[in-house]
Amino acid sequence: MARESKIDESLVRHVAHLSRLALTDDEITRMTGELSAIVGYIDQLGELDTADVPPTAHALPVHNVFREDEVTPSFDSDTALSNAPQREGTFFRVPKILDTGDGA
Amino acid sequence: MSGVLNVAETARTVRSRKCSARQAVQSAINAIRDREGRLKTFISVSPDAALKRADEIDAAIAHGRDPGPLAGVPVALKDNICNRHAATTCASNILRDFVPPYDAHVVERLTAAGAIILAKTNMDEFAMGSSTENSGFFKTRNPWNENCVPGGSSGGSTAAVAARMIPAAFGSDTGGSIRQPAALCGVTGLKPTYGRVSRYGLVAFGSSLDQIGPITVDARDAALLLAVIAGRDPRDSTSVAEPVPDYVAALDKPIHGLKIGIAAEYFGQGLDPQVETAVRAALDLFRARGAEVREITLPHMKYAVACYYVVATAEASSNLARYDGVHYGHRTPVPSDLIDLYARSRHEGFGAEVKRRIMLGTYVLSSGYYDAYYLKALKVRTLIRRDFERAFESVDVIASPVTPTTAFPIGEKSDDPLAMYLADIYTISANLAGVPAISIPCGFDAKRLPIGLQLTGPWFREDRILNLAHQFQSATDHHTHRPPLAAA
Repeated sequence: MARESKIDESLVRHVAHLSRLALTDDEITRMTGELSAIVGYIDQLGELDTADVPPTAHALPVHNVFREDEVTPSFDSDTALSNAPQREGTFFRVPKILDTGDGA
Repeated sequence: MSGVLNVAETARTVRSRKCSARQAVQSAINAIRDREGRLKTFISVSPDAALKRADEIDAAIAHGRDPGPLAGVPVALKDNICNRHAATTCASNILRDFVPPYDAHVVERLTAAGAIILAKTNMDEFAMGSSTENSGFFKTRNPWNENCVPGGSSGGSTAAVAARMIPAAFGSDTGGSIRQPAALCGVTGLKPTYGRVSRYGLVAFGSSLDQIGPITVDARDAALLLAVIAGRDPRDSTSVAEPVPDYVAALDKPIHGLKIGIAAEYFGQGLDPQVETAVRAALDLFRARGAEVREITLPHMKYAVACYYVVATAEASSNLARYDGVHYGHRTPVPSDLIDLYARSRHEGFGAEVKRRIMLGTYVLSSGYYDAYYLKALKVRTLIRRDFERAFESVDVIASPVTPTTAFPIGEKSDDPLAMYLADIYTISANLAGVPAISIPCGFDAKRLPIGLQLTGPWFREDRILNLAHQFQSATDHHTHRPPLAAA
């Protein structure tokens, strides 16, 4: 178990970037303390020996579910765009994505 | 005025023409007008659409057509269940203006059965919380004591039913979000087996845990509603084709010989003695009716909260990645580039608890921590599931408290996330194992706050826990007590 995993502000900033959350400095500070406490609590999972235990992703014995690949009715573009923050014709409008330097 | 009738009575009076569907809806509208200002349980109410629908049902009855088993029953939906042309906000600013272009599976089923959607209820934002204080809009008050929380995250739904403003409401339960507020508000709340009810149209939080269930005054109403919403739906590939039994017919079976398990793990440190006394009194009643109470053990239950806060937050961080300000939801006004659009739209739209859980979930899934936290939690989940498998080899039902305490004051835990998480200590393991569980009222503490009894059954045995709950309610009157503002 990752008992050595100390949560500091630089790790929290990294996770905020991965999470695509523009946190303020105050939020980073507060989140560092809160996540440390929660992860400290979660660390108790390390007490259990799970070497021979398979993981459970969900609780039912359901695996792949297949269906016929058939064409069925779907939303027209006006319906699909009905909640768009910005649209242009039949498209979702977004800021340009090239040459921004950070494609991570 | 005393408020609405329950589900069974409403459907019976409408079907037999003793009362019109319009009158049933109007009675709910009147009760809401009377009480909502004090409790703040609803994010939106749609009286005009509901009355229009009621008139259609009344016309169908007048023409001799069968209006369905739930004819004229007004219901409320937690605001994370989509219904067409009505705002579905998840109590989040990021979805403040979102209007879904489709109905959830449960909405289709309820409407086809004659029920009428009247309102959408307040909740913790994206169902993340145990007090409804994390709503992005306003706090809901507990009808039994307006200084206390109603529980959460389906606190608007449970408070509305407790105050007799609506015969029934629907909630979602990822770690206890139906059962815990049902206990704190003194109503009946059922979390079905994982896979029993389609989640199509439920805004996803923890996809391996989420279930939709009914919140009602009693177990009979819960059985009536589950019968309508249960069953396979191809649009939710985790919904199961298991036959749907006659839940109502099963209610009256005698419980003589039923084996009820109690586990010491549910009666440990932190349990309010008044809650324990009420739960043990319920066990005495079951014994007096011929059930056998046996000690069992669920040795990994103490790890359930830790396991849950890895699994649920990991799934949430993935599910909530869709709120990016592009296709729907809040978009920041002047983004500098696309990444900035994502990060600022999300920062502005999400509240503190949602951000905290996205961060925790992203962390446990991130490179270097995945095995130590996420994979580890999935393995612990196996141990918790096996505890239940083993327990149900020797007992038919497990009885326990729903919560360690009765309703707590507004503000008491809102600055301490971990303390809030521990409010779900007795409910979380049922979600991890996928088993069905029901919360029913079993008494009151000295402050006249309701106490809940949890009955947990094996996979797909909702019939059995509803039967036991109904037998308890036939012998007791806890579920008939009303908070002062809804006194009969």
